[in-house]
Amino acid sequence: MKLVFRLIPWFFVALFGAEIIAVMAPKRDGEYHVSEFGRLPVLLNGRIQPFDSVAHNTLLQIRSTGDVPLEEVPSWKFWYHARKLKSTEWLLEVMTRPETADTRPIFLIHHAELLGELKLHDKGVEKSGLRYFTFKELEPLVTEINDQARKAGEVKTEDQTTFQKQVGKLANAITLYQRLKVTLQPDGAKDFAQQLVDFQKNLGPAQAAAQASENGKPFDQDALQRIAGPVQAFQLMARFSYPLTVPPLNPAETHDAWQNMGNSLLDSGRTGVLHPAATNLAAMATAYHQQKADDFNRAVANYRQWLEPQFQKALTKGSAEFYFNRVKPFLHAMIIYICAFVLACGALLTLAATPNLSESLRRSAFYLVIIAGLVHTFGLVFRMVLEGRPPVTNLYSSAIFIGWGTMILGLFLEKIYRVGIGSLMASLAGFITLTIAHNLALGGDTMEMLRAVLDTNFWLATHVITITLGYSATFAAGLLAILYIFLGVFTPLLPQPIGAGARMSPSAALPPVTGLEPVRMATTLPTTSQLPGGEHRNKGEPDPDSQSQIANRKSQITLGQALSTMVYAIVCFATLFSFVGTVLGGIWADQSWGRFWGWDPKENGALLIVLWNAVILHARSGKLTGDRGIMNLAIFGNIVTSFSWFGVNMLGIGLHSYGFMDAAFKWLMIFIGSQVLIMAVGLLPFSLWRSFRTADKTPSAGLPAPAGTA
Amino acid sequence: MLLDSFLDRLINFFTSLRLTVVCLALALLLVFWGTLAQVDLGLYKAQNEFFRSFIIYWGPKGASWRIPVFPGGYLIGGVLLINLIASQIRRLTFTVSNIGFWMVHFGLILLLLGQLLTDLLSRESTLHLRDGESRNYSETEREAELAITDASDPGADKVVAIPQGVLANEKSIRPGDLPFTVRVKQFFGNSLVANRETDAAQPPAATQGIGTRATLQAVPHVTEMDKRDIPSAVVEIETPQGSIGSWLVSEYIEQPQSFTSNNRTYQLAMRPRRHYKPYSIQLLKFQHDVYPGTDTPKNFSSRILLQHPQTGEKREVLIYMNNPLRYAGETYYQSGFDPDNKGTILQVVHNPSWLTPYFSCVLVGMGLIVQFAKHLFGFTFKRRTV
Repeated sequence: MKLVFRLIPWFFVALFGAEIIAVMAPKRDGEYHVSEFGRLPVLLNGRIQPFDSVAHNTLLQIRSTGDVPLEEVPSWKFWYHARKLKSTEWLLEVMTRPETADTRPIFLIHHAELLGELKLHDKGVEKSGLRYFTFKELEPLVTEINDQARKAGEVKTEDQTTFQKQVGKLANAITLYQRLKVTLQPDGAKDFAQQLVDFQKNLGPAQAAAQASENGKPFDQDALQRIAGPVQAFQLMARFSYPLTVPPLNPAETHDAWQNMGNSLLDSGRTGVLHPAATNLAAMATAYHQQKADDFNRAVANYRQWLEPQFQKALTKGSAEFYFNRVKPFLHAMIIYICAFVLACGALLTLAATPNLSESLRRSAFYLVIIAGLVHTFGLVFRMVLEGRPPVTNLYSSAIFIGWGTMILGLFLEKIYRVGIGSLMASLAGFITLTIAHNLALGGDTMEMLRAVLDTNFWLATHVITITLGYSATFAAGLLAILYIFLGVFTPLLPQPIGAGARMSPSAALPPVTGLEPVRMATTLPTTSQLPGGEHRNKGEPDPDSQSQIANRKSQITLGQALSTMVYAIVCFATLFSFVGTVLGGIWADQSWGRFWGWDPKENGALLIVLWNAVILHARSGKLTGDRGIMNLAIFGNIVTSFSWFGVNMLGIGLHSYGFMDAAFKWLMIFIGSQVLIMAVGLLPFSLWRSFRTADKTPSAGLPAPAGTA
Repeated sequence: MLLDSFLDRLINFFTSLRLTVVCLALALLLVFWGTLAQVDLGLYKAQNEFFRSFIIYWGPKGASWRIPVFPGGYLIGGVLLINLIASQIRRLTFTVSNIGFWMVHFGLILLLLGQLLTDLLSRESTLHLRDGESRNYSETEREAELAITDASDPGADKVVAIPQGVLANEKSIRPGDLPFTVRVKQFFGNSLVANRETDAAQPPAATQGIGTRATLQAVPHVTEMDKRDIPSAVVEIETPQGSIGSWLVSEYIEQPQSFTSNNRTYQLAMRPRRHYKPYSIQLLKFQHDVYPGTDTPKNFSSRILLQHPQTGEKREVLIYMNNPLRYAGETYYQSGFDPDNKGTILQVVHNPSWLTPYFSCVLVGMGLIVQFAKHLFGFTFKRRTV
């Protein structure tokens, strides 16, 4: 092979390897130690997380992005890195410089009716067809929005119109934003640190005055007055502030003892002592507000120092999660997957014309899938460690795990059949599932705590993993089947013998059900009925396997045969995992609800997959359909699996329902439609399949002499 | 001869793989349809109509006729079971090489039979206890019974219970050795009982008891998971001397209503069906934990005291999510709680065949692994030798 072909794969490895290393390498903070701040632990949604996760997840809910761009760059200038506020910078701004934060266009409103209702058409900033609004623009409308949202809230979720849902979402975003504003200091505070010092100073006299007033003695009215204002502000903070920022003084106490800033300060009003966390956080807020970088950095360092001995675990967790948020492994894996996909497509399409180039591209794709897979695995394992859980705990993580499982299957296939099919499948599945996960993450925290019944690592590690691997495998089989149809109908490649990497005899490649020797296949060509799947082929229809035999005297297996074997093997795998997973699910149900099977929608969904895989296996072993039929059955498996994975959640009933998701419903319908369309293409008569038309040109008379042994 | 060929054809039919595929495909459609139907019918009703039936009937809304349209769960499952057993006997002779298939199919037979047994033998009921309360019976919420208690004897009450199924026939019943007949004038599976304004046009529901001040109205069955039907009936008590009046009985009316006959006092009450046990369970403490700063439940647990007077057993047990109590053939699960967190609802399940899925899972799983591993290793082995 030419040197250049050998170098291409390594070029890609170097390129993406360097990118990943650059992303993962530690970064230095600028003038303000914002990252140091972003790592600090707080308690939200029942779990310890860094400020950065609060920022990131809130921003996702409000703006559907993880950061706030500061300048407009046309999207075709992809090389130009626009200046942007990172999530933590944005959070700091909201909490300490609200007057600036209020002017950032962050509220995403795209529902036309809602825009009309609020008369917002001529306001906001437009970017890529989406409109973003600042809090200043929305402020006069807050009462109206909340009223509308309250009315919408009275309607059952599944009966709500899009308008009602959108207005509810907007009201929620505004509330979150307002709550963030009073998390560290009262709204509009200029020097909160000084206010706290004064508060503490005034506390003694005020307490004495209060005591005196209670005992009916004369008391200092002014002393009471001096703390009345601050107390009122703290009460407001206690009611509304979002994350719990103040850890318990005694580290042995449970998470229940974490407080928000307001409550902690109100407590101080009774004890007379300010919590060190409160003073430090107030110092940070004031320094950031007054733009004093040194003071800010010192306060952050002080607070870390205070946390260090007693909250080591929380600090480590905060730092780790901050790193995870910053590295965004799934986003990078997604980018590499899509590149690998393009390369794998190239490899397949050049298979016949330029084998050397094809092999070079195939290798590139394979290596990239490995890199993407490593990054994907890194993310998956990192999440597991952060959560202390098995990989799948919610819909979001199931998407990530399904992609991961399919990627592993793809790599395995690529290792056996070196034609690029495995890489193609792995990269496509990886890309699609991570995209789905990315969209599911817009709902907020993806590492939320598990409801009581799910709080069991044993069942999460057994039932959930096996059933999800079953999903992976069924999707993998479906993807390969789609590939078969596409390659068969639109390219002449199915009868193509596959290259040096995959020297296998058909007898080895074909499953034991048929096990015909290649020689016999060639000699018994006129009676196609003995060939796998030949039984149901009408007379005169070309038979892919026999055609390929003529085309290929060297008795290597063809691309079509390889795909057929892969689909079969993966359907076997899918049957195993979905059956065991489903039954384990039943046993879990028996352990927690007292019945093995309750015909709950999610259970039924899992059963559907098992039944469908059983249909495919029996149809194949009974020779009730040929290769093409099996492929179409496998594609239908995609529909069944997508219904089980997403569809049943949309019914809004049963013990497993996670709430109605109408955006996902549209995509589910599009997906199902596309699968039906592909199956229709797969049902086109063979005379329209390019793969079998070209084979017609080979001489049919004078059968070739039996080829040499495999 | 004719019989022979008929038998042959029958055997061929029941052992064919085509039948397997058709049945599996029908099962797929049935499960799908039955799942969608839950949106309208509710889980319980859809389950009975689709899965625990031989034939699914369909008729337009409101029409009185219904036509069979699709095989139900019992029919498909039954045919599959026959198909499975028959073809196993006929086609697969037992050899070491197909041991995997045997395990898979035997495991499936076990699973199907086990589920059939569960369907026939299992009984679900609930035990609702307030903190400190003790009970020796559980209740079936979806079934009511009319309890007639002879309360004359201060030492012990004598109770006769008429199940909902009997009441629904709206006939005369002569329960046990009671000196009167109970004639069911009206029975509604789900109902609404309302206070009757004195000047209302609708006549009172009954001539005696609370029914004189109330109206009774039939309402459609509920479909939501978390709600249930509330049955009511109007019964007339007929002694040999003649009718002594009619009573409205309903689960809406918690207080028993009394009447006298033959100088004995009887009490009437419609209540959830009870299942008495030889032991008692007392709720010591129910606990509901949430994650800090959220409403997300972290755990529900009930600490109970189990007492069995005959065996002298007396012990404390903690029942919590995913951790039931198995005792005397019954299993107690944490299932719900009172809104004030001071009472628990335990699900009580009696299911003699609860272990079959465990065996079946192991058998089928191992069988599939054996079979596929054989293919896989055969395949890689051959590949190496090439």
